[in-house]
Amino acid sequence: MTVVAIDRTATAVPTELAHGRGGGGPASKRIVVAYGFWIFILSDIIMFAALFAAYAVLRGNTAGGPIGAELFNLRNVFIETMCLLFSSYTCGLGALSAERRQPGRFLIFAAFTFVLGAAFLFIEAREFAHMVAIGAGPSRSGFLSAFFTLVGMHGFHVTSGLVALIYLTAQILVQSLQAAVLRRLLCWSLFWHALDIVWVGVFTLVYLMPV
Amino acid sequence: MSAGDHLFEDRTPGVEEHESRASYLTYTVGLALAILATIVSFVVAQTNLLWAPGIPVGLIVLALAQIGVHLVFFLHLGSGSDSTNNILALAFGVLVVFLILAGSIWIIANLNSNMLPMPML
Amino acid sequence: MPLGPSVRHCLAPEVDMFGKLTWAAIPFDEPLPLISGIVVIIIVLAILATIVIKGWVPYLWREWITSVDHKRIGVMYIVLGLVMLLRGYIDAIMMRTQQAVAIGNAQGYLPPSHYDQIFSAHGTIMIFFVAMPLIIGLMNFAVPLQLGVRDVAFPVLNSVSFWLTAAGALLINLSLVIGVFSRATWWGYPPLSELAFSPDEGVDYYLWSLQISGIGTLLTGVNFVTTILKLRAPGMTYMRMPVFCWTSLATSLLIVAAFPVLTATFVMLLLDRYLGMHFFTNDAGGNQMMYVNLFWAWGHPEVYILILPAFGIFSEVVAAFSGKGLFSYRSMVWATLGICILSFMVWLHHFFTMGAGANVNAVFGIMSSIIAVPTGVKVFNWLFTMFRGQIVYRTPMLFAVGFIATFVIGGLTGVLLAVPPVDFVVHNSVFLVAHFHNVIIGGVVFGVLAGINYWFPKAFGFTLHEGLGHASFWCWLVGFWLAFGPLYALGLMGMTRRLEHIPDPTWLPLLLVAEAGAIVIFLGILCQIAQLYVSIRTREQRLDLTGDPWNGRTLEWSTTSPPPAYNFAVLPKVEAIDAFWHMKHTGQAPVRTAYEAIEMPRNSPAGFITAFFAVIMGFSLIWQIWWLAVVGFVAAAIVVLIAAWSIDREHEISASEIAQMERAGVG
Repeated sequence: MTVVAIDRTATAVPTELAHGRGGGGPASKRIVVAYGFWIFILSDIIMFAALFAAYAVLRGNTAGGPIGAELFNLRNVFIETMCLLFSSYTCGLGALSAERRQPGRFLIFAAFTFVLGAAFLFIEAREFAHMVAIGAGPSRSGFLSAFFTLVGMHGFHVTSGLVALIYLTAQILVQSLQAAVLRRLLCWSLFWHALDIVWVGVFTLVYLMPV
Repeated sequence: MSAGDHLFEDRTPGVEEHESRASYLTYTVGLALAILATIVSFVVAQTNLLWAPGIPVGLIVLALAQIGVHLVFFLHLGSGSDSTNNILALAFGVLVVFLILAGSIWIIANLNSNMLPMPML
Repeated sequence: MPLGPSVRHCLAPEVDMFGKLTWAAIPFDEPLPLISGIVVIIIVLAILATIVIKGWVPYLWREWITSVDHKRIGVMYIVLGLVMLLRGYIDAIMMRTQQAVAIGNAQGYLPPSHYDQIFSAHGTIMIFFVAMPLIIGLMNFAVPLQLGVRDVAFPVLNSVSFWLTAAGALLINLSLVIGVFSRATWWGYPPLSELAFSPDEGVDYYLWSLQISGIGTLLTGVNFVTTILKLRAPGMTYMRMPVFCWTSLATSLLIVAAFPVLTATFVMLLLDRYLGMHFFTNDAGGNQMMYVNLFWAWGHPEVYILILPAFGIFSEVVAAFSGKGLFSYRSMVWATLGICILSFMVWLHHFFTMGAGANVNAVFGIMSSIIAVPTGVKVFNWLFTMFRGQIVYRTPMLFAVGFIATFVIGGLTGVLLAVPPVDFVVHNSVFLVAHFHNVIIGGVVFGVLAGINYWFPKAFGFTLHEGLGHASFWCWLVGFWLAFGPLYALGLMGMTRRLEHIPDPTWLPLLLVAEAGAIVIFLGILCQIAQLYVSIRTREQRLDLTGDPWNGRTLEWSTTSPPPAYNFAVLPKVEAIDAFWHMKHTGQAPVRTAYEAIEMPRNSPAGFITAFFAVIMGFSLIWQIWWLAVVGFVAAAIVVLIAAWSIDREHEISASEIAQMERAGVG
């Protein structure tokens, strides 16, 4: 069978193909990386959803042990929430500074983001330590297993985010705000905002929701 | 743009790597709205401002509103044509989250209600 | 303060440097695993020795192990899947044989604890290390070529995904010779899988190997969703994509949405086992049904993850070998998306009998029946594609026709099972076993075998032997029906699953037929091994010189066989569905254009090295060698951080090099 040779020139694409119907050709690296990370974030949210579901189901299984109302300190939760929310804010401002190629400002905002995130973790760690000390640790009941795992998994993500922030800041200091590094910062900011979104779910459904 | 950006050539003619649509104002407004939603949530949960049986619904509505604020003001999920894929993906994710949460709660509640009376679990 | 037993142990001063690992873990006193382990080790060592002695290590390292090329990674996935198919098959024939002989007073040759490990390993291996790698391998190979682009969105991540999957496979195979595997079936339901009833390392092998490979699979999902939605040749709108790309998209969306649920569920079971938590324990407030619920919330989308790429392959194959475009492309796309969404709404049908009320069962039963509709749409589309086509019965087409007949019957038994009152009679009988093997073998396995035969010439530059392909098909078809047809009857006669001893001697004749079927399937596997061997030996007589051996319709057939590393020197401009067919038949004049330099991603050892440390970490977590687990984790983290530091990931292929390669490849 003969194969008619193919004109492989790819000249400019007619505008009717460009937007909307997806015929514009491969997207730029920035779009590809950001979208891929967005999909990954969605998968992480779904993982949290499974943990939320387990919490919702096991909430009442206190096995004769302490219940949420006895253990939760809502003032601390409010402070934690504000810390994380403000760290999202400074993260956003840092991202703006980075986009505008202002490394000095970026570093200041990154420092604030880190400190606020660390404050969140400190308060949470203290809460966990206190609960374990009074015998309300994760192996006490199904409710507490679910609580520690859900909230702890979020805290683990926050910790990883802070480690990554240090790494990224080092990379920016050494390799400057090039496009590839900026793309990673974009991903990191996405991650950080997503963690704040998950936290909205946590403080609402775990700490505030009446049983 | 550095050499690394040419791996998959951007074929869309005339569209530059665009400036972030955000500004200091966007983030600040988002922060203010989020703080407001948070404070209201805490107040609703701890006082009698809202009719007691309505508190769970109220909290969920406030949480969803705050999540919306985050998505729009911090993550810049808007109505631009580039956002369509992101919004579709988000919608798919939201559907799956809803099915897992609502489905699990419904199923397990149904199973629990069919259990024989047992000593306190 | 109560801590989990393992934590208590590791804090104790007399902790052993090797955790729970002792010489007693090697099955010196059990001939079957010992001998099979020795045989496997000898074979592996022989292969490794051959590679080292012949000096192939640099080639393998440079061209395969550190490759980030989707075509190479695809081939490696398929090799992994086919090798694990042999292990999974051996598990199967061992079970069949045990069931054929252990009747009445005879006890068979497998003690119950072995038999339990074998059916657990069989299911786990077949789903996670045969079916998944095979379909992911085919997706890897074909999707970027069909989309008219040069690679997936994240090539290095692609390599990481493959090697993490291989790491999981290695761990599960280690359980054959070091310690025991899980006896808790391939689902691992608590409380059986909890520490109280499975105190040994078996369930830990299961959990850790699946968690590690699960990360790889999730990253694949992210990679392919991004690739298909954001990287297509110019002019390829969504409705001009090949159907295999649509089904790969749906599969990838399902992976992204479902695998996190499995990860979370296994995390909870691991926390129960390692830190004494109470998610699913019998005491202190655990809820075992929550595990079942979450497992199947993953498990049902998983089976659609397996079948959708097979549907896509059949869409390509049926169109190519009927000489016609696929009938009703639009309804195919909508059916695919419909299946994708609906697959999240049916999962309770896996546990109708476990205590839900009639209203819950009814809702999920109705949804399960509804999901059959889009699949029916697809079947009719394939039939209408074949109608009045010029059908050529090459091996892939044989598998397609065999699939349509076999899968439809399997699907019908599925709709039967979707009716709760029917399910109450046959749940957990071998009727169910027959159903899911019917759809998995008839659907996924036939699809993969069709895909391998279809795309083999593109990957390697020569076609597979046609006669042996036909022989393997007939053996698989006949063998499948002999092996599983009787199980439908046996299920209705009351035979339950996973029996190590057969209580009713009247079942013997049907079980012997099933055993015969398993042997015929083995003949099919032998035919495939022979097909590979003969094809390689006679490859000079079956070279694919045009790149288009089947008169294909989609863009992968427009490249040479095999394609150059960069796939397309210039990205094709797409103007219609079945882009290559359109190009062939609108007579575009050849133009020797000036080529531009292309940037391609560099190779990377990150995937292989990360997976190496993942194996170390997994193994030490299983055996509770805590210091080694920390070492493994830290090392893997360091590898990731080092790999992430460099942002110069590409190398340039100059225009003159490309011109040279294109000249050499064409004609």
